[in-house]
Amino acid sequence: MKILVPIKRVVDANIKVRVAADNTGVDLNNVKMSMNPFCEIAVEEAVRLKEQGIATEVIAVTVGEDKAQEQLRTAMALGADRSIWIEQSGAVEPLAIAKLLQAVVEKEAPDLVILGKQSIDGDNNQVGQMLAALCDMPQGTFAFKLLIEDGRAIVSREVDGGEQVVSLALPAIVTTDLRLNEPRYAKLPDIMKAKKKPVEHMTPEALGVTVKSSLKTLSVSEPQGRSAGVMVGSAGELVEKLRHEAKVLS
Amino acid sequence: MSVLVIAEHSNLTLNPVTGSVIRAAGLIDSEVHVLVAGTGCQAVAAAAAQYQGVTKVLLADNPVYEHQLPETLTGLLLAISDNYAAILAAASTGGKNLLPRVAALLDVAQISDIVDVHSANTFVRPIYAGNALAMVESSDAIKVITVRTSAFDEVEKGEASALIEPLDKVITQDKSQFVSENLSTSERPELAGAAIVVSGGRGLGSAENFHLLEKLADKLGAAVGASRAAVDAGYVGNDLQVGQTGKIVAPDLYIAVGISGAIQHLAGMKDSKVIVAINNDADAPIFQVADYGLVADLFQVLPELEALL
Repeated sequence: MKILVPIKRVVDANIKVRVAADNTGVDLNNVKMSMNPFCEIAVEEAVRLKEQGIATEVIAVTVGEDKAQEQLRTAMALGADRSIWIEQSGAVEPLAIAKLLQAVVEKEAPDLVILGKQSIDGDNNQVGQMLAALCDMPQGTFAFKLLIEDGRAIVSREVDGGEQVVSLALPAIVTTDLRLNEPRYAKLPDIMKAKKKPVEHMTPEALGVTVKSSLKTLSVSEPQGRSAGVMVGSAGELVEKLRHEAKVLS
Repeated sequence: MSVLVIAEHSNLTLNPVTGSVIRAAGLIDSEVHVLVAGTGCQAVAAAAAQYQGVTKVLLADNPVYEHQLPETLTGLLLAISDNYAAILAAASTGGKNLLPRVAALLDVAQISDIVDVHSANTFVRPIYAGNALAMVESSDAIKVITVRTSAFDEVEKGEASALIEPLDKVITQDKSQFVSENLSTSERPELAGAAIVVSGGRGLGSAENFHLLEKLADKLGAAVGASRAAVDAGYVGNDLQVGQTGKIVAPDLYIAVGISGAIQHLAGMKDSKVIVAINNDADAPIFQVADYGLVADLFQVLPELEALL
């Protein structure tokens, strides 16, 4: 079985971004970029399915500028067999990404698409579900366990208040949550090998997709900060303050 | 043109986050309808009809909607979407699962996790773990929106009751099947709506020690939360995770115990009214957002607090 893993290049998770002075966006100059953490989990899951002999091929795909190829190399160092780079600069809305991925799904006909539940820049949490809808496939979002049995994907999902298990006919879309696995680190020989793995270059035009936008960002601002509070010396003082000063305890 | 709110419910009870979504919907248009899709959920529809500002409740009561699978509900929503200027749901795991599917088939963008309604087509939403707020304007004919419910107060319930209209449309599909679910049966309040939240981090050290925190929570009638570090360490289930990729809470009082305060955790709780941090590391970043900080050994402080309350 063939697995497609869409990934995204984002600001590294350890960086606290700053709003640009002109309030048009965030300042991304000279900021460390990485593969979105949920995408790493998606790559890891696909590679494990290949190691178990369930998957035969793992293809990474990304939509982005020139430099997004770095993250495709990372995915291949982690075990993806080949990748597809869809060249498109600037911010691309989730629906446009889903349409581009739909075109790739139609071309590659994967049995399973595994992707992160959200990217930590836009925090939209949309692409997987949109792709599933466009491809008329079932979806197992926020997965913490994935089993392939009798031609179906059995997906255990994180839901508010607990867990849910769904059984999906393949081909299907799965989006990853944190507990699904712990991604490995790429080893040096694998990083070297990844340099030789093929990256296919595509464009939205070649895929027959018009990249549209219907959301206009009017401004980006800093949220109201919290002013520094006070330190208390003991549990007794804390309770006293909460009762009489903050009045949040009776 | 009216706006539609998708009710969050368990077939038996209506989740109060629905009242927060109705608040946001009412800021877009005064004519708010609520869709209750499920099975044996008449009581839920009756509860939704009591919310002020709701003019109609659509009740799709059929066994096919029992588990509210997105593959099924999408078809139902597409059948009625033409009547609405906006479709809204809570930014819960249910709303997040369903609405992007609907948006994609309507060929419109989804606006995720809004915290403010500026006008009928302009909304404010957090990006980058809440480190920035984006004001976005939508040019789509139908706005598909998930709502961060901690940012909107639940609307009041009134005397008058809205009309409940049955929806007979039945959508069937066999690509996705419900297998089972395991929902926590805790007596404690739900994280999303609790007035007080007591959260623990890696500082607790073990799943057993988390019980110390639970005792304090029970004394306060509080919900229990956790940092990602505590979830990753296996102390508690992921459904208790507060943060960028977990639950976003904004209680009256948030007590962070043994939590260092990573950006991703702060994203989930920094809109709380009063924040208390208890940590033995005076340099922990959590103290920068705390109204009251206590540098101390949590194993000593937790029993003390419990005794004082």
